[in-house]
Order: sequence, then structure tokens, then C-alpha cells
Amino acid sequence: MRSVRRADLDAVVALDAAVTGLEKRAYWQRVYRRYGVAGTAEQRHFLVALAGGRVVGFMIGEVRDWEFGSPPCGWVFALDVHPQARQAGIGTQLLAALSERFRQAGVTKLRTLLARDNTLILSFFRSQGMMAGPLIPLEMDLPQGVAHSAAVEPTR
Amino acid sequence: MRLQVNTMLALYSVIEFAADPQRHIPAAEIAEKYGISPHHLAKVLAELTHAGIVESARGVGGGYRFAANVRRLTLMDVIQLFEDFAPPAAQRRDARVATAVDLALDAVLSEVDEIAKATFNSITLATMLQLIDRQKADPGA
Repeated sequence: MRSVRRADLDAVVALDAAVTGLEKRAYWQRVYRRYGVAGTAEQRHFLVALAGGRVVGFMIGEVRDWEFGSPPCGWVFALDVHPQARQAGIGTQLLAALSERFRQAGVTKLRTLLARDNTLILSFFRSQGMMAGPLIPLEMDLPQGVAHSAAVEPTR
Repeated sequence: MRLQVNTMLALYSVIEFAADPQRHIPAAEIAEKYGISPHHLAKVLAELTHAGIVESARGVGGGYRFAANVRRLTLMDVIQLFEDFAPPAAQRRDARVATAVDLALDAVLSEVDEIAKATFNSITLATMLQLIDRQKADPGA
């Protein structure tokens, strides 16, 4: 387990494409700029798991402060393990490494958010001891056809 | 969500078998532990056997043994054998045409059901056994 390097990016893009069926190179380049080496000082972490010198998994997370009154906590928002490398504890090791970095930042709570039909990843986080938290995700379709020229500041 | 009695008996039983997968456990032992009717439990165990979650052993001692994979079998796999997950609209008992109130209530009840199903789907028996160990180590956690 170690922090991502620029040379890992091709492998990360390929791994994500293999798992999701969609190559998103521009997206991963933006994620690397935000969460790669430059992000570490701001409590953003992009970790990769290596086996035989090859990237077989990655996990990304960051410390977020005071969202809707919630004290600082460690958010995990991306996890992929190559299908052929699963059931070997790689996700567990990635989560342990990320958790350790959060602990070093003084964070004592770990949080994530994912689709409720994503049974594979939900089961993984459950197996790590995660339970439903106090936040409830909500969403809505925005009404069509309402022109709005002014930027709206989000309320927190 | 309130689970039916048979569903709870099935969950108790499956957890007992999964906690000690090599042992053949007599139905009477589970019935006594949870204070339930052996006759009632037999029907539940027959359903679990039919689904391949447990297998019965004949002969002296007899009993049942866990036959599934603790890391794959989820609470939902067990629960759906005994519960009806029909959408709220299908569960309405009267024959009248649904009103806007009915439809709005259906939407809210469906939301609750979907969250419950996602929770049951994400918890394997292995995770359940970990949760039980945590409760033993720290009751009330």
C-alpha cells in the first residue's frame, strides 16, 4: 500500500475501466491533481495496492469538516479492486491504511456513501464493521425550464 | 419493518448453524434455546433445507448442519424465503381505485422497504457473526 504516483495513473484508469466498463481518463487526471501528492497536506489521500509491482486496487478518501454540523470525519469515496485480485484482503488493507492516515489527522469516524444496489461494496464495508450512520441521503430532479443567471451558494 | 415469527426463527436458526458449521445441531436444541415450539421450528427448518441453506442428517444424533457459504449468504437470502416483498400497492386489501393519498403513502412505504432490503442484502452471515462477537465483547455497542 502506498500513495499514488503519476506513473500509476494508466493502471488506475485501466482498472476503473475494467470494473465499470467506462474509460474516464480526464476524470482520473483531475482526481490525481486533487488527491494525489498535492492533496496529502490537505488530508486528501489516494492510495494504491500493488501485487507483483502491478496496481491491483486503489482507495480514495479525505477529511471533511462540519458538513451539516457533522464534526470532522474521514470520507471514503472510491474503491476498486481488480476482479482477479479479490478475496485476498486487498480492500481490507487499503481501508486499514487509509484509516491510519485519518487517525493521524485526529479523525475518529469513518464514513462512506454508495448506491444501495451496489451489494458487493456495501457488503465489503459492512464486513469491516460499518453500520448505517446518522445522515440520510436525499435527492430530487430539478424542475426544467427555470432560467437562473445568478450562482447559488450552497447552504451548509 | 417488523419481520414475521417464522422469519425470526429462520434467522435465529441460520445464525446458530453458521456459528458452528461442522456440527449437526438437533432442532430440539435450538427450540429449547429460544423457547419456541419444535413443531413450528420443524416447518422453518424444512424450508431452509429445501433452499439448500442447511442440510439434515439422518441416524443417531441427527440434526441439521449449515450448508451455505457464510461469506456469500446474506440476511436477505434467508428473509425472502418467508416474507412477501410485494410493493405497497399490491398489498392494499380493498378493491377501490388508489387515491392520491394512497399513492403518496405507497411512495413513502416503498422508500422504507428499499432501504430495509438494501440493508439485509449487504449483511452476510459472516458479518452477522462479527456483529454478535462485538455485542458479546461490548454489550450495547
